Amino acid sequence: MRIVVLVKPVPDTASGGERLRPDDLRLDRAAVPAVVNANDEYALEAALKLTEAHGGEVHLVSMAGPTAPETMRKALAMGAASGTLVTDDSLAGSDMVSTTRVLAAVLRGIEYDLLLAGADTSDGGGGIVPAGIATLLGLPYLSYAAKIIPDTEAGSVRVHRISATGYEVLESPMPALIVATQALGEPRYPSLKGIMAARSKTLDTNSLADVPLEDGAAVGGAVSTTAVLGSEAPPPRAATRVIREPAEEAARQVVEFLADRRII
Amino acid sequence: MVSSTPNPEPRPTPTYRLTEDQAALRDAVRVLADERIAPRAAEIDRTAEFPWDVKELLASHDILSLPFPEQYGGLGGDLLTVCLAVEQISRVCATSGLILAVHELASLPLLLAGTDEQKDRWFPDLAAGNKLIAFALTEAEAGSDVAAARTRARRDGEGDDADWIIDGSKRFISQGSVADLIAVFAVTAEDDDTPRRDRLTCFMVEKDMAGFAVERVEHKMGIRGSPTAELSFRGVRVPDANRVGAVGEGFSLAMRTLDRSRPGIAAQAVGIAQGALDVAAAYAAEREQFGKPISDFQMIAAMLADMDAGTEAARQLLYKAATEIDAGAADAGRWSALCKLVAGDTAMRVTTDAVQVLGGYGYIDEFPVERMMRDAKITQLYEGTQQIQRLVIARALTARQH
Ligand SMILES: Cc1cc2nc3c(=O)[nH]c(=O)nc-3n(C[C@H](O)[C@H](O)[C@H](O)COP(=O)(O)OP(=O)(O)OC[C@H]3O[C@@H](n4cnc5c(N)ncnc54)[C@H](O)[C@@H]3O)c2cc1C
Repeated sequence: MRIVVLVKPVPDTASGGERLRPDDLRLDRAAVPAVVNANDEYALEAALKLTEAHGGEVHLVSMAGPTAPETMRKALAMGAASGTLVTDDSLAGSDMVSTTRVLAAVLRGIEYDLLLAGADTSDGGGGIVPAGIATLLGLPYLSYAAKIIPDTEAGSVRVHRISATGYEVLESPMPALIVATQALGEPRYPSLKGIMAARSKTLDTNSLADVPLEDGAAVGGAVSTTAVLGSEAPPPRAATRVIREPAEEAARQVVEFLADRRII
Repeated sequence: MVSSTPNPEPRPTPTYRLTEDQAALRDAVRVLADERIAPRAAEIDRTAEFPWDVKELLASHDILSLPFPEQYGGLGGDLLTVCLAVEQISRVCATSGLILAVHELASLPLLLAGTDEQKDRWFPDLAAGNKLIAFALTEAEAGSDVAAARTRARRDGEGDDADWIIDGSKRFISQGSVADLIAVFAVTAEDDDTPRRDRLTCFMVEKDMAGFAVERVEHKMGIRGSPTAELSFRGVRVPDANRVGAVGEGFSLAMRTLDRSRPGIAAQAVGIAQGALDVAAAYAAEREQFGKPISDFQMIAAMLADMDAGTEAARQLLYKAATEIDAGAADAGRWSALCKLVAGDTAMRVTTDAVQVLGGYGYIDEFPVERMMRDAKITQLYEGTQQIQRLVIARALTARQH
């Protein structure tokens, strides 16, 4: 089985230093270390488990800034076999439509049985790129996957899609695009051997000129249809009450606090 | 007369700067330590049980494979890389950091003097973490004075490949009760005239050999999850194929081992110090007395600054020492003693100050610093007490004068 996972480097939210650049209000990607978008890690974990069970390889695809290889190595260290990166100055500030077009164009040149994506990214948070790609590529779109059960012989896949009341079972032919959820299981930590091996794995880096876009498709920051007009920090939190009691007493006080305010 | 031989090339001073690989490995171990080991640390200390789950974690992430050559499934990590890993684990749990440090320590006799056959036989399982190994040098009457060992190994029969029979006991052996393989240093000298440094030989004892037993496990102040065992050997028959190095070479092998392993303990100490500093700094910023965070009081701020300065200084000396030793320094013994001495004392001071910064909260087990203070103490004792480190350093100094 060949599985492609879409991954995006995002600022590490744990660093607490994320900010917008004052001049153009774009995310300041140089300000904080990048990590693999957490939801993409769930997709990658699911893909790795599938290839472990059914054979095959996982390939990464990303459109990101010039420092992306460093972050993508972390995903390779988890066990992906190889990767394709599109990076180009003109793509900085791309909107979701551009991102969708570029990724779809790259994916046309790659063979796969399944295409996995995370539910959304922690920086952009749009969550529509996977659906857009499925549309452009004419792929079945299976979202909110809690479970993925491929039938390699029949060339089909079943997905348990989380619904408000439980889950629905979807079935589609492969290739298909699946949007992962955290229900698929905690991402693994890379092993030290994985980290060492990642250094010698192939990461194919392309500029925009290498990407066979559909005729007339304009992409990049210059044609972005969205722009950030301003940003404001949320109002500071009211005083925090920290309860430092043994667990039982602490739980009692939390319950009391919530009950007093009729929250529970 | 002018000598015609040119001056020998001066040996370049080994310097270090962490390679990308080293930084990546360190960061991976750090994440694993923070997310998977830190939550277990208090419980490991409380129950004083060997953390098999942590051992599994270290094995499955190839951390236990770090010291072994690649051809045996190891990562072929240099000493500095092993130290980076020990430091990161010890930052959250000194007992867990010691698992790797002991794995390295006890494998060193084989790494330094083992035959290819011995490496083939044992390294794959050790590198995979399927087996644990312990280092048994200390005896009840032979602590700092290693050569005073009484555990004996006698040939059973004639010939250079006759079996050995080992009798005696070893004390304070880290992981001695959980190890599958034990590097035992026993007296092979036939008479009392043999010079002290030619009296010992190293043997690999396997745990299921008849006559080997774990007599007891100590109750300890710190590193409570690391079992420290008394081992007895009653007529244990050991094939000559399990002898490591030449007969009579054991003392020098033990010393060469310690020259390379002490930085592992220094790394444990630096990790403990950093862990305590992190807790103290965070606490000081949050805890308010007299209407402001206690970190605003200069006396507290200065204590934190000194803790940071000491920890960083110890760390840099450790990395430099590991680099010198990796580069084959002739005075490896001095470097390893220097870094263990400084790091052990730093860990003790920094953890004691961390308790001070936390006040009464530092003294109770709701916060980890009292555990770190108890754990720090061992780094001043094992693999040679601080006094012995000073002896080693002073001897190297004296030797230079000749
Ligand atoms: C938790 C723990 C784990 C251990 N793990 C291992 C292990 O895995 N393998 C192993 O072989 N050993 C191990 N040891 C043993 C440890 O290395 C010894 O305890 C240590 O070397 C000191 O020996 P001793 O306890 O007999 O003290 P002693 O040698 O009796 O020393 C007592 C005091 O005298 C001082 N002293 C001794 N000689 C001199 C001198 N010449 N000059 C100045 N001062 C001196 C010492 O510094 C110390 O302060 C462990 C010990 C502990 C407590």
